[in-house]
Amino acid sequence: MLQQLVNAISLGAVYALIALGYTMVYGVLRLINFAHGEVFMVGAFVGLAALSVFHLPFAAAVLVAMLGAALLGMVIERGAYRPLRNAPRLAALITAIGVSLLLQNIGMLTVGAAPNPYPPAIEPTPIPWLKEHARLVVTEQQLVILAATAAILIGLSLIVSRTKIGKAMRAVSEDRQAAQLMGINTDRVISFTFCLGSAIAGAGGVFYGVYYGTADPLMGFMPGIKAFVAAVLGGIGSIPGAMLGALLMGLVETGVSSVTIPLSSTETLSGSTLRDAVAFTVLILVLLVRPAGLLGRPTREKV
Amino acid sequence: MLVLRKVDVHYGPIQALHDVSLEIAEGEIVTLIGANGAGKSTTLRLVSGLVRSTSGEVLFENASLAKVAPHDIVARGIGQVPEGRRVFAGLTVLENLEMGAYLVRGRQRVREALEEVFELFPRLRERRTQRAGTLSGGEQQMLAIGRTLMSRPKLLLLDEPSLGLAPTLVQTIFGVIADIQRRGVTILLVEQNAHMALRVADRGYVLETGRIVLADTAANLEASPEVRAAYLGE
Repeated sequence: MLQQLVNAISLGAVYALIALGYTMVYGVLRLINFAHGEVFMVGAFVGLAALSVFHLPFAAAVLVAMLGAALLGMVIERGAYRPLRNAPRLAALITAIGVSLLLQNIGMLTVGAAPNPYPPAIEPTPIPWLKEHARLVVTEQQLVILAATAAILIGLSLIVSRTKIGKAMRAVSEDRQAAQLMGINTDRVISFTFCLGSAIAGAGGVFYGVYYGTADPLMGFMPGIKAFVAAVLGGIGSIPGAMLGALLMGLVETGVSSVTIPLSSTETLSGSTLRDAVAFTVLILVLLVRPAGLLGRPTREKV
Repeated sequence: MLVLRKVDVHYGPIQALHDVSLEIAEGEIVTLIGANGAGKSTTLRLVSGLVRSTSGEVLFENASLAKVAPHDIVARGIGQVPEGRRVFAGLTVLENLEMGAYLVRGRQRVREALEEVFELFPRLRERRTQRAGTLSGGEQQMLAIGRTLMSRPKLLLLDEPSLGLAPTLVQTIFGVIADIQRRGVTILLVEQNAHMALRVADRGYVLETGRIVLADTAANLEASPEVRAAYLGE
């Protein structure tokens, strides 16, 4: 049970790192950036290059991946979304899907479609004390990833709540025109939001690669969609919501994967085959029952 | 200070302003009165750069604003309090005011502006840690005005500041408007409450379906039979 919790938190952490970018970009632009999963993928590959080609230490590789992803996020926003700022929202959404496919295919052209082995960076050997005393398999690698994730989440919360640009992000999320009337350069705030969200996803990409030991150009798709579900579950546009939603998604998926359903006396169905279906069922349920999500702000405000 | 010369504004195929010309001199309070949809808000949105004119000129301190981004218009000294207050509901009162001072450089100057706003609206000081969404309508209006004053505008555009407020609050807000003028801020006031607007203003323009139909001193407008019939309910 405790073991499942550890696994759930690890999975939830990766989802959180991706979901935050979705929710922040949605906040300022009301756009689901479907290319976000690919930013995660590119982050993973930048990290892979940093680790296995340039032999950088883990922390440096994560930083390089964050920088690379931030740059990519900024370029995507400038090149693909800014020209559509005043176009119908559907146009931007379709463009997002286009950018997603473009990046997947550029990825396949440059590194091939086959999975690339990812160096573990930190050897995933279980911590002996926990294994002996609690029969818990927790690796040092997992702990480092969790600590790094926690640090990123705390850093992000501080940026959003304390800094001027963070407050401006929240102001733009609430009312872009009113923010303009305050003298806020909203284009710059939107650009910053893409950088920040993409950097976090880039770090997530490296953690994911290190954790699962593989990276490929299509790796962003599933985690991207799951993180999107997590963001919707938590309430799209809400940063604490994205963190909570991601943790819950991690719990649900790990929980479902761990059960075995007997179909007949000889056949059983492993829960892990249902994992994805359950994730999307969550999405449908949220949209039906509570479209604003768990921590989403009600759309009506006091006048 | 502000000059609009023969301005047209279109929203798609619909023309919202026809050949509008108006002028505001430094230190004045000028009011725009007119019915719903007459183009009052559009005029303010035009000055702030949220909509653009299809012909004509907008000049502030003798420089055209046609190609100036909205945030740079704020930097030049034009602040707008939008209709419906539009405070940032999820941010605290203090954070809202900080956003108003977004372009103000230096902590000391922000603090000075903050003191001035708190002096004008002592209620905001009491509520500074509260989320703006939890304020009453009147308090939100005070916050909306205070927030815009944080940038220390030379020209303040006020869009329906009395809308939806109780009569005593309307009195308070208009008292503050006069107070702001005394501090040397020029004001362009859009109001449906023509009675109050004309009392505080020096001059006024009457807009009807996107055209200026009357322009005169506030006293003359208040006395004019057309205005009395159409906007003062007499």
